[in-house]
Amino acid sequence: MSALAEEFDPASIVTHDPVVRVEGICKHYGSVEALRSIDLQFERGKLTTLLGPSGCGKTTLLKIIAGLVPATSGRIMVNGRAVTGPGPERAFVFQDFALMPWATVLRNVAFGLELKGTPAAERNRVARHHIEQVGLQGFEDKYPHELSGGMRQRVGIARAFAVNADVLLLDEPFSAVDEQNRRKFQEDLLRLVEIENKTFIFVTHSIEEAVYVSDRIVLLSPRPGRVSQVIEPKIDRAADPDDIRRDAGYLDVVEEIWQGLRHYAE
Amino acid sequence: MSVMSQEKAVTGARAGPREGLRLFAQNRKSFWVVLSLVGLFTAWEIAGRVPISFAFPTFLETLAAFFEMLGDGTMFRAFFLTLQPLVLGVGISALVGIALGIAMGLSDRVEWLLAPVFIVLQAAPMAALVPLVTFVYGIGLTAKTLAVVMLALPVIVLNSYKAVRHVNPSLVDMCRSFQGTRMQQIFKIIIPDASPVLFAGLRLGVAAGFIGVMLAELLITPTGIGDLITYHRSVANYAHMYAAVAAIIAVSTLTLAGLQYVEVNVLRPEKRRK
Ligand SMILES: Nc1ncnc2c1ncn2[C@@H]1O[C@H](COP(=O)(O)OP(=O)(O)O)[C@@H](O)[C@H]1O
Ligand SMILES: [Mg+2]
Repeated sequence: MSALAEEFDPASIVTHDPVVRVEGICKHYGSVEALRSIDLQFERGKLTTLLGPSGCGKTTLLKIIAGLVPATSGRIMVNGRAVTGPGPERAFVFQDFALMPWATVLRNVAFGLELKGTPAAERNRVARHHIEQVGLQGFEDKYPHELSGGMRQRVGIARAFAVNADVLLLDEPFSAVDEQNRRKFQEDLLRLVEIENKTFIFVTHSIEEAVYVSDRIVLLSPRPGRVSQVIEPKIDRAADPDDIRRDAGYLDVVEEIWQGLRHYAE
Repeated sequence: MSVMSQEKAVTGARAGPREGLRLFAQNRKSFWVVLSLVGLFTAWEIAGRVPISFAFPTFLETLAAFFEMLGDGTMFRAFFLTLQPLVLGVGISALVGIALGIAMGLSDRVEWLLAPVFIVLQAAPMAALVPLVTFVYGIGLTAKTLAVVMLALPVIVLNSYKAVRHVNPSLVDMCRSFQGTRMQQIFKIIIPDASPVLFAGLRLGVAAGFIGVMLAELLITPTGIGDLITYHRSVANYAHMYAAVAAIIAVSTLTLAGLQYVEVNVLRPEKRRK
């Protein structure tokens, strides 16, 4: 099976330190073919975005990498080992936040550690640190329904960081967040990519968002999802966020992707 | 009368208009509850005085009869007898029903095995089956407890099953993604997330249990509250009969309110702050 994967034009996607390898993944839901032979590699310290129209299998691919959904064929390697289910080196951020409504922010953030059996004092200390990291200090004892959509997703992100996984899988984390908060979020995410030496796999259907935050963008075709293009935006992130969004290079990449996706939209 | 004292509590607050408003907001719910009860009792009193039937006592007569029965201990003795099969039956139904319902929600095989049984049991007119119980178990505590279980169990089982099937799948995925074990999944995610519907089923089950115990006491052997009702009807002591009926209704209502309190304060603390 790996021999098969090797053949699949690795030139455009070859990386130095692939933490995650997706090898020949296919997925059928009954008679629906959701994904067709996906081969990808993801390296440490980088953020890769899976971009594509709704229903093209982005969530499915992310859940296969997470070990939440079994692939029909192909395999996922994480740190050189084949994935058979969820593992401590991967953490998932859910589109609908997946917060326990009956638990406080603190308990939600500490939940991954609670499941591992970490003593309460230790896990609360770690959780408080990450709550602070996402700017929610003072909200530790609130319940999810007392928070805005943006704040809820910060809880989801803090929970994923609290287990200190190598790989972060984010499924449209900002889709339920309003536009102003979204931009703030994207900047926060870039900061986290910079300071945490982790592998980020990010799903979105927003082209602008993808170009703004990604080191690399994987364009997926509509069902069955296939890799149709891989783009490296090469944006200078040192610049002011508002300047980036007006930068010619940034706009060119947005336009390029838009052209790539356009014939699907019609 | 109670309306007046409520009003006084609201408007007579010394701490200024803002404090008064806050107090009103706090008292508002209980204020309407009291108002509704006063309305009901007034209508009862008027209907009794008209009278709509010679067998229909006024509210005040009934109240007097109630205190008389409370004073001479008949009420306590009756409840002591009635509550035995009720508590036993509801307790058994709650434990067995929730366990079976959760098992059905978690496993398709258990569902296929048990769901038809309980759907039939829930659809069956149990009152018709209660006399049959006496053939098998006679007229003692066992028969009455069984009558309670027959009414309470199906509704608890089916609601618990439904509760588990409607658990947010995203939360279950979340638990799996952090390598939660199956047991952690059940006790930390599925049961808490299902608890509102679980408790709704429990409340329905308790209400059905009250029906079951009254059927048993009216149809199997007159004991406890059922005996009070039967006896006072036979001697045309209608005020006493209604007092017994009203007393069991009151106890049933208070029990259900107590359950709700437990749910909100113990299992789902976030609901307190809604
Ligand atoms: N559990 C499932 N059962 C059946 N079909 C599914 C399931 N999950 C997703 N699909 C189908 O697979 C396709 C890809 O879905 P998804 O991965 O959610 O797409 P995206 O996240 O890109 O919007 C869709 O056509 C969807 O209807
Ligand atoms: Mg999706």
